[in-house]
Amino acid sequence: MSRFLVRRIFGALIVMFAVATLVFIMLRLVPGDPIAAMLYDAGDPDAVDEIRTKLGLDRPMYVQYGKWLWNAVQGDFGRSIYGSRVEVSRLLMEALPRTLSLASLSFIIAMVIAVPAGLIAATRRNSRADYAVTFVAFLGLSMPDFWLAILLIIAFAANLHWLPAIGYVPLAKGFWPWLSHLILPALAVGTAFSAIVARMIRSSMLEVLNTEYMRVARSKGLSERTLIMTHALPNALIPVVTVIGIAFALLMSGTVVVENVFAIKGLGRLLIQGILNRDYPVVQGTILVVSAIFVFSNLLVDVLYSIIDPRIRLQS
Amino acid sequence: MEKLLQIKDLIVEFKTPGGLVQAVNGISYSVSGGDIVAIVGESGSGKSVSALTILGLVQTPPGRIVGGEILFDGTDLLSLDDQAIRDMRGQDIAMVFQEPMSALNPVLSIRRQLTEGMKLHLGLDKKQANARAVELLSMVGISDPVERLNQYPHQLSGGMRQRVMIAMALSCKPKLIIADEPTTALDVTIQAQVLSLMQDLCKKMNVALVLITHNLGIVARYAEWVNVMYAGRIVESGSARNLYANPSHPYTVGLLNSVPRLDQERGKPLEPIPGNPPDLSALGDGCAFAPRCRFATEKCHIEIPVLAVVDDEHRSACWEIEALQRENAA
Ligand SMILES: Nc1ncnc2c1ncn2[C@@H]1O[C@H](COP(=O)(O)OP(=O)(O)OP(=O)(O)O)[C@@H](O)[C@H]1O
Ligand SMILES: [Mg+2]
Repeated sequence: MSRFLVRRIFGALIVMFAVATLVFIMLRLVPGDPIAAMLYDAGDPDAVDEIRTKLGLDRPMYVQYGKWLWNAVQGDFGRSIYGSRVEVSRLLMEALPRTLSLASLSFIIAMVIAVPAGLIAATRRNSRADYAVTFVAFLGLSMPDFWLAILLIIAFAANLHWLPAIGYVPLAKGFWPWLSHLILPALAVGTAFSAIVARMIRSSMLEVLNTEYMRVARSKGLSERTLIMTHALPNALIPVVTVIGIAFALLMSGTVVVENVFAIKGLGRLLIQGILNRDYPVVQGTILVVSAIFVFSNLLVDVLYSIIDPRIRLQS
Repeated sequence: MEKLLQIKDLIVEFKTPGGLVQAVNGISYSVSGGDIVAIVGESGSGKSVSALTILGLVQTPPGRIVGGEILFDGTDLLSLDDQAIRDMRGQDIAMVFQEPMSALNPVLSIRRQLTEGMKLHLGLDKKQANARAVELLSMVGISDPVERLNQYPHQLSGGMRQRVMIAMALSCKPKLIIADEPTTALDVTIQAQVLSLMQDLCKKMNVALVLITHNLGIVARYAEWVNVMYAGRIVESGSARNLYANPSHPYTVGLLNSVPRLDQERGKPLEPIPGNPPDLSALGDGCAFAPRCRFATEKCHIEIPVLAVVDDEHRSACWEIEALQRENAA
């Protein structure tokens, strides 16, 4: 493995640690007493104290922090302090596949749309196809995803009855049931993302097509296809990959909103419920997992980076 | 004798926001098989555009080929369809460009960039192409060719990259190589090495070479023929020997005085040509060089001079050639 990647993995670990610490501190600073939220009647001070002791909330902050961190590293995020007091890790394990399914499908849809669209727009610059891509991308960007989600439900679920409107079916129950429930939400999340990526690919491709090495490649008599796909595209993707890493955050936040529209009980829903209930452990666990996804996807971007660009791969 | 390349009255212009740029205004020259022909001129004189037009590499638009013929082995390249031009590129005519640092694709290995043309044009398989690539690299003087093949452009120095470019140009055994300022971006010491290398290889393999440069001093040692370009026209043309012995255009004289020459006593001060290159979107009547010319008369500002015979194999486009020669003699 190159030193570049070792450095990035090390960096990712530090970021995760920082996120964990921040999450812990921030939730303690937010006004509002979780125990009051737990009890319908917070009037009984003895009951409050008892629960406080039981949850360890009476101990000094650094002890709470150390214990929490140690447990979190082992995958134990405590129990929900609300309702039936389920283990947070179980809630997360339930929600995670849903969100991951939705996010990855959105990502795939976005890429399948964005790469060809961006390429066509760049190689036929100022043609009708280019203007069409620009226009649709603009539409896709300016449409809020929840609104697009509702439009999609009205069109494809309510009117055409092609796809289910809400809910989630695990992959274990069959590929099509799983996929059919995800197509509409993934479209809703992926559209804005694909618009951004298509625009990026277009402009980055235009830049690459103007470089000297493309002229050299052309002077060798290569076919247009080889020129675009093997000589231009990898170079054009280098700046795009960076943006994809950042735009992944947008995709994740898109899933939070869209999950609620489609009643998919993913991380987004879990997080919002947790916040409304002041369910510390749930909120902490969810944010940690979401951050981990984010950090991991950025790590993936770095790996991708070093695959595409030998200048980074071979850096000593 | 049948010429390998014959360019006749080529005119190329560009539509730009600043107006119509007349980059090439009717140039004609020819190259025989195996010859080295230099095209010399200041920046903006249309050297690159005229060269790129040969391979169909001028972007249209903004460019437009207004007229002329480019005959290569008897076929007019300007009338070929896209596929025929692609077949010819690299295979019949190859090109070496100015900027070795940016002329190689940063994400593709040297192997990939060197062998893809051979696979395409010569129909070599992977193994044959590799073997030939190693051979080519050692031919252009790159040590450890096997190792270099696996490297990427950023791991090579500028001089080495230009050698790779030369290997690439030679790889498909073309009949003609067009080298557009192949050494301008290199150190002076490496410039001479690379030029000698190109000369050697072209002579050995009987490849004709069009050598574009703005340094008339360099050309003397390498070219058999010299075309001097100014504002999109050839203003003087001749065998290198006659042109150096008797430079017959004030612009050529200016170019010679502005660069160090080997055949002159040391210590002679260099004189740059006064004034600036003309605005190609506002070329008037008359000789484009007239505003910068010591010899210019009224006629020079009104009527464009045509190429006229000076001596054997040597022509110049100047109305005041006699005045110039009187001064040369003095
Ligand atoms: N794509 C283009 N669009 C507009 N104008 C262009 C284009 N390419 C070249 N030109 C113009 O054509 C003229 C001739 O350019 P060219 O590149 O042939 O000069 P050159 O003699 O090669 O100069 P240099 O020594 O700087 O390479 C210049 O004025 C340039 O601005
Ligand atoms: Mg040039």
